[in-house]
Amino acid sequence: MSVTTIPAALPMRTRTARMTDVPIIPSAILAIAVVVAIFADFLAPHDPQVGLLTARFKPPFWMTGGSTNHLFGTDQLGRDVLSRLIFGTRVSLVVGFTAVIFAGAVGTTLGIVSGYLGGWVDQVIMRVTDAWLALPALTFAIFLAAVVGPSEMNIVIILGLVYWTRYARIVRGEVLSLKEREFVRLAIVAGCSKWTIMWRHIMPNVINSSIVLATLMLGIVIITEASLSFLGVGVPPPKPAWGVMLSDGKQGLMVGYWWLTVMPGTCIMLLVLAANLLGDWLRVKLDPQLRQL
Amino acid sequence: MLNSTRNFVSSDMETAPLLEVRNLSTYYVSASGTRIVRAVDDVSFSLRAGETLGIVGESGSGKSTLALTLMRVLPPAAQIVSGAMRLEGEDLVGKSENEMQHIRGKRIAMILQDPMASLNPLFSIGDQVGETLRQHEGASRRSAWQQAIGLLKSVRIPAAETRVTQYPHEMSGGMRQRIVGAIGISCEPRVLIADEPTTSLDLTIQAQYLNLLDELRKEHGIGLIFITHNLGIVAKMCDQLVVMYAGRVVESGPVRQVFNAPAHPYTAALLSSIPRMSNRRKRLIAIDGQPPDMSNLPPGCAFASRCPAVFERCRNEAPPVFTPAPGHTARCWRSAPEMAGSVAMSVGALS
Repeated sequence: MSVTTIPAALPMRTRTARMTDVPIIPSAILAIAVVVAIFADFLAPHDPQVGLLTARFKPPFWMTGGSTNHLFGTDQLGRDVLSRLIFGTRVSLVVGFTAVIFAGAVGTTLGIVSGYLGGWVDQVIMRVTDAWLALPALTFAIFLAAVVGPSEMNIVIILGLVYWTRYARIVRGEVLSLKEREFVRLAIVAGCSKWTIMWRHIMPNVINSSIVLATLMLGIVIITEASLSFLGVGVPPPKPAWGVMLSDGKQGLMVGYWWLTVMPGTCIMLLVLAANLLGDWLRVKLDPQLRQL
Repeated sequence: MLNSTRNFVSSDMETAPLLEVRNLSTYYVSASGTRIVRAVDDVSFSLRAGETLGIVGESGSGKSTLALTLMRVLPPAAQIVSGAMRLEGEDLVGKSENEMQHIRGKRIAMILQDPMASLNPLFSIGDQVGETLRQHEGASRRSAWQQAIGLLKSVRIPAAETRVTQYPHEMSGGMRQRIVGAIGISCEPRVLIADEPTTSLDLTIQAQYLNLLDELRKEHGIGLIFITHNLGIVAKMCDQLVVMYAGRVVESGPVRQVFNAPAHPYTAALLSSIPRMSNRRKRLIAIDGQPPDMSNLPPGCAFASRCPAVFERCRNEAPPVFTPAPGHTARCWRSAPEMAGSVAMSVGALS
C-alpha cells in the first residue's frame, strides 16, 4: 500500500491557518484511503479471502524468499497481505464514517433538544449522558457486541451508541449560549415554533463543532473498531479487517513473521494520525478564538 | 381578573384602543417560592392605532419585563399573575402558546434591545427577512425573497436586490438595524414594540433610525411602543408617555402635558436630570439614592426614600392612581384631590 512510503516528517503546523493551507499530508492519506476503499476490487492483486496453503508465511518482496507476486507477503493461510490490507481499508472507512455520522446525528440532535428545551428533558438526557460516560467505552462496546453478535452493521450501531454522548455534551453547551443570543430571541418574537428555531437557527450554528468533533472521533472510532475486531467481537473473521489481521498475526510476531502485524498496525496508525491531524486543523480553523487573520 | 376582562368586551369597539393593558402584573418567583419580584405591578395603559407610546424608567424598573409580557415570551421564572391585555379587543393573557405563535411577529412584532446581534450570522438577509413571511403567511421561499427586497426598500436600504443575497457581517450597524426593522414590519403588525432599539447606535444613525420608525408608523398605521430611558427621544417621538418606577406606572399621560407639568416627583427629577446647554454652569441634578430592592419593597410609595417632596403618608401608605388632569395619571399622594395646589409647589421646588 502506497501510503506507507510517505516520509515520516510531517510539516510544521503554523498558527496562522488559512483555508488555503489545508494540511497536505493528512488529507492526502485520507484521500488515498478513500480511493483505495472505493476501488479495492481493481487494486487488490489477489482475492483477500482465499489463500494458497502451500504459500504460507511468505515474507515481503524485499526479503529473501519474498516475491513481487505477494508484495507484502502472505499470512498463515497463504492469503495475500496487501490485498487484505486494501480490502481492510474499505471496512475501516465504511465502519468509521458511518459510525461517526450515526453517533453525530444522534448526539447532535439530543444535544440540541436537551440544551434548547431545558427543564426535565434536559435533566433526563444529561443524566443518561453522565451514566453513559461513566461506562468505559471499550468494555461497553464489547458487552454490546456480545449481546447483538458480531457483524459490520452491528459494529456501526454499537460504536454509534457508545460515542453519541460526546456530541451531546458539547452541542448542549453550545446551545445553552446560543439560545440566549439575540437572533434566537428575534426568532421567538417573530413567532417561530421551538422546532423551527432548533432546526433553522440553532442547528446550523452548532454543526461546525459537530464536524470538528466527528473528524477527531473518526480516529477513535477506527481504533475501537480495530480493537473490537482484534478481540474477536468486531467484524467477523473471513472479512479482512485490520484488527482481525493484527489478531491473527500476533502468534507469528514472536517467530519472526513481523509483517503480519506491522503492516495492518501501520495502516491503522497512519489513518488515525491523518484523521486527528485533520481534526486538529479543522478545530483551529473553525474556532474564531484560535483563528488568526 | 375574568370580570374585568368581560367589561372590555362590552365597550364600544369603534373607539376601543388597539392595545389595552389593564392592571397587569408579572412577578418573578424564585425556585423556592420565597422571593417574589414584582417586576410589573398593576400596570395599565392603552395604545391607539398610529400612536406612539413611550415607556421610560431606569434599568430594572420593569420596562423590558413589560415588553416580554406583551409578547408572552417570559422566562420560566416569571408569570403573569393578574390583569388583562387586549389586542384589538382580543384577550392575550388566556391564549395558548400555539395561538401566541400566530400572533407574535404577525400582529405584535418586536425590535430587540440589541438589533446588532439580532441577525443569525449564517443566513442571508433575504432568508431572514423572508422568514417571518414564510412562517405566518405561508409564503414560498421565492415569493418571500421577492417581498424581502420590497421590505428592504421600504426601510431605505439602497441596492436592495444585491443586499438580500449578502450576510449580516457584510452590513454596517445602521444597516443591520434597519433590516431588523424590516423584519419587524414584514407581516404588517398592528403593534410594534421597540425595546431600546437605539442604545447601540451612533447618534447620527440613531436619528435616522428614529425617523424611519416614525415614517413606518405613519405609513402602516402601526401602534408603536417605544421603550427607552432617553427622555429626549420620548419628547421627539411619542404622543403618550408612561413612566415606570419599581415595576409600577408612576405617571402616564400625553407627553406634552407630562413634560410641562409633571405630577410625580420622579418624573420631575428625570426631566431635570437631562443635560441642557442653557444652564451649563449648573451641576447636573442627580436623583439621590438607589432604586429599592424589588423583592422587598417598602410598604409605602417605592420612591419615598429618594423623593425630595416626601411626607409622612408616603412612607406608610402606597398611593393609588390619581388623575390630576383628564388623561393624566399619577401614583403620588401629592396628586390626591385634597392636596390640590401643592403639586405645582413640589415640582417648582425641584427645578
